[in-house]
Amino acid sequence: MTVPADEKDYIIEVDHVSKSFGDKQVLDDISLFVRKGEFVTILGPSGCGKTTLLRLLAGFTQVSEGSIRLQGQDITAIPPYRRPMNTVFQRYALFPHLNVYENIAFGLKLKDTSSEEIDKQVRRVLKIVGMTDYEERAVDSLSGGQQQRVAIARAIVNRPQVLLLDEPLAALDLKMRKDMQLELKQMHKELGITFIYVTHDQEEALTMSDTIVVMNKGRIQQIGKPTDIYNEPVNPFVADFIGDSNILNGIMKQDRLVQFMYHDFECVDEGFQPDEHVDVVIRPEDIYIMPRNNSAMLNGTVQSCIFKGVHYEMTVITDHGYELLIQDYNQFEVGQEVSLIIKPSDIHVMRKELNSNRIDGTMADATHVEMLGGTFECLPTPGIEAGQDVTVTVQFPKVDLMDYTDEGAASGTVSFILYKGNHYHLTITTDSGEDIYADTQDVWDDGDIVGIRILPEDMTIQAR
Amino acid sequence: MNLKKILAQSYLYLLLLVLYAPIAIIIIYSFTNSGSIGQWKGFSLDLYTNLFTGQAQHSGTIYAAIANTIFIAIVAATCSTLLGSLAAVGIFNMRQPWKKSIQFVNDIPMINPDIITGISLFLLFVSLGITQGYITVILAHIAFCTPYVVLSVTPRLTRMNPNIYEAALDLGATPFQAFRKVIIPEIKPGMISGFLLAFTLSIDDFAVTLFTKGSNGLETLSTFIYADARKGGLTPELRSLASIIFVVVLVLLIILNRKSSKSVKEQ
Repeated sequence: MTVPADEKDYIIEVDHVSKSFGDKQVLDDISLFVRKGEFVTILGPSGCGKTTLLRLLAGFTQVSEGSIRLQGQDITAIPPYRRPMNTVFQRYALFPHLNVYENIAFGLKLKDTSSEEIDKQVRRVLKIVGMTDYEERAVDSLSGGQQQRVAIARAIVNRPQVLLLDEPLAALDLKMRKDMQLELKQMHKELGITFIYVTHDQEEALTMSDTIVVMNKGRIQQIGKPTDIYNEPVNPFVADFIGDSNILNGIMKQDRLVQFMYHDFECVDEGFQPDEHVDVVIRPEDIYIMPRNNSAMLNGTVQSCIFKGVHYEMTVITDHGYELLIQDYNQFEVGQEVSLIIKPSDIHVMRKELNSNRIDGTMADATHVEMLGGTFECLPTPGIEAGQDVTVTVQFPKVDLMDYTDEGAASGTVSFILYKGNHYHLTITTDSGEDIYADTQDVWDDGDIVGIRILPEDMTIQAR
Repeated sequence: MNLKKILAQSYLYLLLLVLYAPIAIIIIYSFTNSGSIGQWKGFSLDLYTNLFTGQAQHSGTIYAAIANTIFIAIVAATCSTLLGSLAAVGIFNMRQPWKKSIQFVNDIPMINPDIITGISLFLLFVSLGITQGYITVILAHIAFCTPYVVLSVTPRLTRMNPNIYEAALDLGATPFQAFRKVIIPEIKPGMISGFLLAFTLSIDDFAVTLFTKGSNGLETLSTFIYADARKGGLTPELRSLASIIFVVVLVLLIILNRKSSKSVKEQ
């Protein structure tokens, strides 16, 4: 994160916050700065820690490390009822024994507001959320969408400085969700309150936010404007999670020249090492598809074609065996031979975090190394003795995944799958809690439990 | 097929007859002025009038016993409702595996035979040197009623949206205000049925009361009737008293059932 130029601009500052429940670390060194009046969306798959982050902001749970500031004041230890923020809960959390009016008036009554003022305020917010004349209704007689509106009204009637929204639209049907997205956006504009919005729906995030914070496994992956996140994802996870994408392995030949799919493409990226291994992202709408001709960059065959309303979504197998997802307004028949063109500005090159697995282990004896919660057989390495701490390097394709855990020296769970055009790049979280990566042609599912096998000759062992 | 139906029906009626015959006999013989059950001396309301005019044998003791019973039941039910509701909230917010073991500990007194509860409380009070009387009976009743209140409040908490307590805090309520304004209204139906359960259990109790009432002449209805029956036959007026209690309990039960079936429908 960049250090803020002027700290007064920020209403919320989350400063190196970590949170663990028992042994399980849910948030790992989160830093986040939110500007006054901004609409910030925290986006991520379930279990990424986004709701925990929101609960820390609201004060329902306490940080394990780090601090949270509101308008420059440390609020880390302030209880929720003294924070000038209000929350809209996923399951509404309306008080079932109170009617609509009493639910909305709850916060104002606690502040000893006069009954005329309460009356005025309740009517004002009911108008904002479009629920005038519903005052006397019992909350459980309302539909999901109406309950959500009351929940929003109940929060904003207190004129909070920050409104926290925890997947507020998740329980609504698609049509209602789309309408509410626009209404929320409108409300944000009119009220001028800072919104912090948690969702797992990338489309919702792109539609509504000023700033998106993409999270995965308790860490912030990227912070940026919706267009930046979409066009310039920093890593394959963000590219894969936001929108559809083709993610491929490439080699940066020189500045503005990248090789992938056995072809050298001009691109706009610079500043890489010569022959640096990179990840290349191309959005499906950025690949131009046309009948077979000789002037194109790539040739291929249409494998499937689905009508998606506005456009057709096709998969094309290139002559070199790469599978690409393409969206185009024109329809191409299955089996048709086509040519493809990709413009330099539509190729997005990302630095690879890792080129091979680097695993920490300890030598059990000369031919066995303990790592990933198991004992692997290895070749004796000169100068490495039993009991020594070592780093083992293994290329991604050399990690074998087995159906049964007892077929491998260690075991783990498939936690992330990335299709790279002609193979899958899998993240396996081992039972010991480490992540290792495997390239494979085999199809695995998220959550599959696998045995991990690495052949002795595929390991390179170095002293640590 | 028809025969099967008749057999099934007559079995049901036979069962009901066996169940209700003793009560029916008491009610029937409450309307005749005879010294013992089995002698019909013509219809009369004397037993009822005697009960209310104080003409009955031991009528002073009967009144005292009724007053004691009701007083003990109200105090014990109130205390165990408060204790049990707080305990239920506490247990609900505990983490596993503590939650499970505490719930198990809560279940034991309900399965435990009354006589064991009675004797152990008796021994406890004696060993602590507490003079037995009103206080000990009330404490004993609170002890065995509280688990039932916990049991009737817990389902309300389980069904509650877990976020509503946090929602109250979020809107500016202190933990105490949130408990009073949000949690209590949510568990109130459970508290009411817990109170009524505790009240009837307390009125009904014999074994525990017998062991904890001491020897200072404190009698509740059940211990009085027991003592009376052992002293050469039941006082006839107890027949009319039993009939009245039965009718009152029946009416209460009908009201409770109506109420609970209505709330089930609302769900």
